[in-house]
Amino acid sequence: MEKIVFDQLQEELYYEKMTNGLDVYILPKKGFNKTYATFTTKYGSVDNQFIPLNKNEFVRVPDGIAHFLEHKLFEKEDGDVFQQFSQQGASANAFTSFTRTAYLFSSTSNVMKNLETLINFVQEPYFTEKTVEKEKGIIGQEIRMYEDNADWRAYFGLIQNMYHHHPVHIDIAGTVESIDQITKDHLYECYHTFYHPSNMLLFVVGSVDPTEMMQFIRKNQEEKDFKEQPEIKRRFEEEPVNVKEKKQILKMNVQTSKCQVGIKAMQTDLKGKELLKQELTINVMLDMLFGRSNDHYLQLYNEGIIDDTFYYDYTGEQGFGFAIVGGDTEHPDELADRIQKILLEAKSGQHLTSESLERTKKKKIGGFLRAINSPEYIANQFTRYAFNEMDLFDVVPTLEEITFEAVQKMAHDFIDEDRMTVGQIIPNR
Amino acid sequence: MAVVEEIVKKKKGYQLHVVPTEKYKTNTLVWKMKAPLDEETVTFRAILPYLLQSSSKQFPTTTKLRSYLDDLYGANFFVDVGKKGENHIISFSVEVANEKFLKNSEPLLEKGITFLNEILFNPNVEQGKFHEETVTSEKRNLKQRLQSVFDDKMRYAGVRLVEEMCETEPFSLQPNGIKEKVDDLTAKSIYQYYEKALKEDELDFYIIGDVDPTEVENICDRLFSLQDRKPKEITMKHEVKSTVKEIKEKQEVNQGKLNIGFRTGTTYRDQDYFALQVFNGIFGGFSHSKLFLNVREKMSLAYYAASRLESHKGLLLVMSGIDSKNYEQALTIIKEQMEAMKKGDFTDKEIEQTKAVICNQLLETIDTSRGLVEVLYHNVIAKQTISIDDWLDRVKQTTKQEILDIAQKVQLDTIYFLTGMEGA
Repeated sequence: MEKIVFDQLQEELYYEKMTNGLDVYILPKKGFNKTYATFTTKYGSVDNQFIPLNKNEFVRVPDGIAHFLEHKLFEKEDGDVFQQFSQQGASANAFTSFTRTAYLFSSTSNVMKNLETLINFVQEPYFTEKTVEKEKGIIGQEIRMYEDNADWRAYFGLIQNMYHHHPVHIDIAGTVESIDQITKDHLYECYHTFYHPSNMLLFVVGSVDPTEMMQFIRKNQEEKDFKEQPEIKRRFEEEPVNVKEKKQILKMNVQTSKCQVGIKAMQTDLKGKELLKQELTINVMLDMLFGRSNDHYLQLYNEGIIDDTFYYDYTGEQGFGFAIVGGDTEHPDELADRIQKILLEAKSGQHLTSESLERTKKKKIGGFLRAINSPEYIANQFTRYAFNEMDLFDVVPTLEEITFEAVQKMAHDFIDEDRMTVGQIIPNR
Repeated sequence: MAVVEEIVKKKKGYQLHVVPTEKYKTNTLVWKMKAPLDEETVTFRAILPYLLQSSSKQFPTTTKLRSYLDDLYGANFFVDVGKKGENHIISFSVEVANEKFLKNSEPLLEKGITFLNEILFNPNVEQGKFHEETVTSEKRNLKQRLQSVFDDKMRYAGVRLVEEMCETEPFSLQPNGIKEKVDDLTAKSIYQYYEKALKEDELDFYIIGDVDPTEVENICDRLFSLQDRKPKEITMKHEVKSTVKEIKEKQEVNQGKLNIGFRTGTTYRDQDYFALQVFNGIFGGFSHSKLFLNVREKMSLAYYAASRLESHKGLLLVMSGIDSKNYEQALTIIKEQMEAMKKGDFTDKEIEQTKAVICNQLLETIDTSRGLVEVLYHNVIAKQTISIDDWLDRVKQTTKQEILDIAQKVQLDTIYFLTGMEGA
């Protein structure tokens, strides 16, 4: 077991790689009632073409299968695992993103028992035709719920504008039609390919004794028989640099319009420190252009073009990345024009000042301290970072290193008319 | 040792609550203003905190104000308006980094409290009125917030149920105000209301973090000067209808929203409140509850089917998303679960499971400073002094008979269904 100390933050992180390849991290948090654990596989909605374990050919699986598998893993021969967690006073959950599927619990008592339940249920799949069929109704309703959610439709609409082929444009839950094709054999095939310990990470944060807990996990894993598995082969089709659509308008049963501008990342082969630097620099740049301490924000706000739903964010993973700027608006076309204009002016060197960079860096550092009050944030983000070979605890030093020149260069390289798109939701009245 | 050590000090005009803890890397300040929920004042109170948050005398524009916060290592500042029972509550929250985790230390806590004091007592006012342009912007934003409820169908159905259910009671009001009244607000009338609120509201100030209580108290004594007041008390009736109200509304939606309201006659003030918590947990509060197991797991009718309590109004509210064609079936199953509760058709195991999860949930909530403030504030609302330890004990001590007694009090009041154009 390795101990990593973060002096400034007064945190200690414990790490060990199990003999079966599983990465385990434990972060004790003093004073907290709660322990939060996530058990995550590097397998998400984008992994739809791969070579299944013990086979030689690529397969393409139905849309929404990673998410479907997430649902089904909770059901066992003797009932569902939620029951067991609640008997042990814990609440359990799971989520599927583009690149990950995470299973988690949080509890303030019976921590070891809950941890054992978490590890074991994820490592003991049980799928039958009957339960797979039953789940189609539930997930069908989940999909319908999202269909009525204008924010979700706006978000996905924008990604669909950006990507021609990359599976990030496919809705994480799939469609009612695509999930109908899913069988228990599909689930087992995906499970055995992606749920090997060497493709997974366990993170525990809370009021725990790391030595005792690591010992417990080590023993649990050594008792199980996992055969060594070769590296997983995934396939992604070549994705053009430019966006697929420059603009899309979707009509929905809403009263207020929504408008978002998206920028597709140009460089998507980064990982580790470089990816972290790219992600943080783009986020800092967006903050300098659209943050509330900026004149643009006040102008747009006072003119009634934006309201307090206005937001901006950059998401970067290996293989894809995009920035989104927008929100609810009474003037969707005007907002699209203004955002694009500000971005393009920034590309040519306007609006960015070294003074606002310093302010933004301070703001982000304070924001990071606030974020690490949250066990959920630590576990989820640490895992996301680790899967991209980055380290969550590098955030502050990396922020401090960002220079004004780097922001200017990023604005110049990242912002590009051909990689920009507009997505709008308009009331159908 | 108590789970949470809350130091409460009666100050002139307000109560100071300090919770010293080393848990967090930040210090959290929450200022709360409480008054009765009332048609006459609800819209004033809905806009007021947003006006105060946008600027002040010292920071006359949002840009200046937000730049200052960024410089304070991204101090987080936001306002919120909500209702707890028939009380209308305005909150101002500031979260500042604890300087001991920063390379260059500066006294951020004191700056945070000073900032909050500036926002509350030194607004951007001239000649007895708020800054006109800001008022215009914030009126537009308020309308926007009210309108946005319609666009989130899950929330919309929840709001509509309460509107229908509590038609004749103040509780039917939305904390964000009344859309039709927004245009009547003026820079002057809001300022007059502001002065009145500062004089009459019940005020509470929470400070959570690695702080020295004496130091905090000294800072507050130096900065805040308020008048004593006798806050208005609400008198709430438990309305009971003789027949069940059934409302169907059609809209272009893919998924129907079935929301059902029950009256329980029990609030946080009452002895049997903890039994009501356990009752709600067995019925629909969690993923082991009857609603989840029967509506979702057994029948695959919904992705979500759950219930929650309005603790200070005594309502139990059910929400679910279903196919419109399954309305009758879902309603029947939900009613059957309530009947099962009334008949005592639940096991000791279910009771124990539910108690464990409720205690877990409470302990988790107070792991966040904001959650802790919300939990502690229940006592202010209900004029109680229930500590977190009492809370946990009283949940654990609940008997099956007490749950059954609650069950007999629960009455179906209103069924609201938002349905697609083709269905039902």
